[in-house]
Amino acid sequence: MASNTAVISVRDLSVGFGETAVLDRASLDVFEGEILGFVGGSGAGKSVLMRTIIGLLPKRSGRIEVFGTDLATVNDEELRAIERRWGVLFQQGALFSSLTALQNVQFPIREYLKLSPRLIEEIALAKLEMVGLNANVRGKYPSELSGGMVKRVALARALALDPDIVFLDEPTSGLDPIGAAEFDALIRTLQRTLGLSVFMVTHDLDSLHTVCDRIAVLSEGRIIATGTIETMLASEHPWLKSYFRGKRGRGVHH
Amino acid sequence: MTAAGLAAQGTSASLVATFNGKGVGLVATGAWIAERAAELETIVDDAAARYQTARSIDIDLARLDRLDTFGAWLIERLNRAFTARGATTRIIGLSESDRGLMDEVRLVNKTAGQNAAATNDILVALDSIGRAVAEIGASLVLLAHLLGALTMTVLGTIAHPARLRLTSLVHHLEKVGWRAVPIVALSTFLIGAIIAQQGIFHFRTFGAEVYVIDMVGILVLREVGVLIVCVMVAGRSGSAYTAELGSMKMREEIDALRTMGFDPVEVLVLPRIVALVIAVPLLTFIGSMAALYGAGLVCWLYGGMTPDIFLARLREAIWLPTFAVGMIKAPFMALVIGLVACVEGFEVDGSAASLGLKTTSSVVKSIFLVIVLDGFFAMFFAAIGM
Repeated sequence: MASNTAVISVRDLSVGFGETAVLDRASLDVFEGEILGFVGGSGAGKSVLMRTIIGLLPKRSGRIEVFGTDLATVNDEELRAIERRWGVLFQQGALFSSLTALQNVQFPIREYLKLSPRLIEEIALAKLEMVGLNANVRGKYPSELSGGMVKRVALARALALDPDIVFLDEPTSGLDPIGAAEFDALIRTLQRTLGLSVFMVTHDLDSLHTVCDRIAVLSEGRIIATGTIETMLASEHPWLKSYFRGKRGRGVHH
Repeated sequence: MTAAGLAAQGTSASLVATFNGKGVGLVATGAWIAERAAELETIVDDAAARYQTARSIDIDLARLDRLDTFGAWLIERLNRAFTARGATTRIIGLSESDRGLMDEVRLVNKTAGQNAAATNDILVALDSIGRAVAEIGASLVLLAHLLGALTMTVLGTIAHPARLRLTSLVHHLEKVGWRAVPIVALSTFLIGAIIAQQGIFHFRTFGAEVYVIDMVGILVLREVGVLIVCVMVAGRSGSAYTAELGSMKMREEIDALRTMGFDPVEVLVLPRIVALVIAVPLLTFIGSMAALYGAGLVCWLYGGMTPDIFLARLREAIWLPTFAVGMIKAPFMALVIGLVACVEGFEVDGSAASLGLKTTSSVVKSIFLVIVLDGFFAMFFAAIGM
């Protein structure tokens, strides 16, 4: 299903804070229609790379292309057009706490598209139902929702404008294994139905096994390996070995 | 959808009708996507109205360039509009890639139409008044509750003085007391100066300038000094207490304390309120002195009364109880400010909006209660002749 067109292409990206360099000439591609799992040790800079791509952090050097456009060269209007085509699911959901679940999903639709209130409501409800929530959550505020529901509402909001790319920052963290498996399946289903490209930062080995088409590994500021889960399991690189085949790994040796 | 999909946004979208012997065929063309959703909605609603008598409708999607959830939902809405009237519909020409999406939207919005019934404006107004009154009652109960809990904690602390958190107390004392000195002194200085200036200006017309000193002395020591300090403290420290406790509540820190066997009243509330009860009388004293100093300065520079005259006149105008009245009120007002701030802080729920709301209401309520309390004190002191 994945084609060879790169929707995101990162070349020699360096990012740092003060004295510390977090990313050192990291290069990475995300192809159209694939789910890319992005792993690395805690504090290795996975979220930093994601946040740099979506423009929340400044880069020191390097090149970031999204949909074939260099983000350094675009003007505000073009950037808005690109931002409208990606959705971001933050680790804690980042739902607006003063809006209800339904209003959270309606928010980007209302801001970007001039639609009738009826259609906005119907589309937002459709999105909530597509992420597996029932219509009862519509009037609930984020503080009244469970962790899993918050993630689902946040995913519905990320998908509100039918984006082409979705960034997921540890989507299954804080969910129980059943909830995490359901969430993985949901991401897979939505990715197929909506033809999404997914960039998923994760620590969840199960997600990597079940939903990711390809995996990229970040270590010491660089992408040290990319490939399928089989490639990762076969690798003799010490870090990959301990990550994928360590005590908490699974698959090859039980 | 392609990577170069930006260009496709220019494509138009339409719904073309064809007729055959049995019914209507509707052919959807172009890009049925979010950007076109507004015009597509009109097209779909028009079609639903125009062909409402048709018994059999075919919706042909073979000529679609692109389809997303917005377009898919509108097609489904059209489909439902026809089937609701008993017509038979068929969706044909669906491409393999769009099939999943159409299947998905077929399942959604089944429970729509549960919008609240139109309500009577008068009832809504009565409802909100009723709720507000009930809320006032509830917040007074909470205040009494915390006062009770605080009293128990104070008694417990007197029995076991080691339970008082001295470090915390000193920390809060520095924040609400010591660091408030400059701003409190400056504002009360200005208030004293303004009262004196206004007094001199107006009293001069009937030659009673010298009574300005009586007025300033009594007003500042009995009322203005303590009130201005309380307003400053409520705005400065009360709001900080509410915000601190509120964000601790939001992040479950208070629950964490409780599960570790600590009493939040003892750990969080007691040091804060004790710090206020100590700081406010001290600030009141500093504030009253600064106000008198400001008044004296204005009397000298603007009213032409030398400091000697000012002090001599002041000594005649006031006596010890004048000063005591202000100082007695101060700790009680500090208690009210502290209690309200802590109650409001504990009332914060998960949202950022409620934190803002409760902080505002903490300041408004504590200033209001300070004024009410001041009224009661005025009656009490009048009754006992102070």
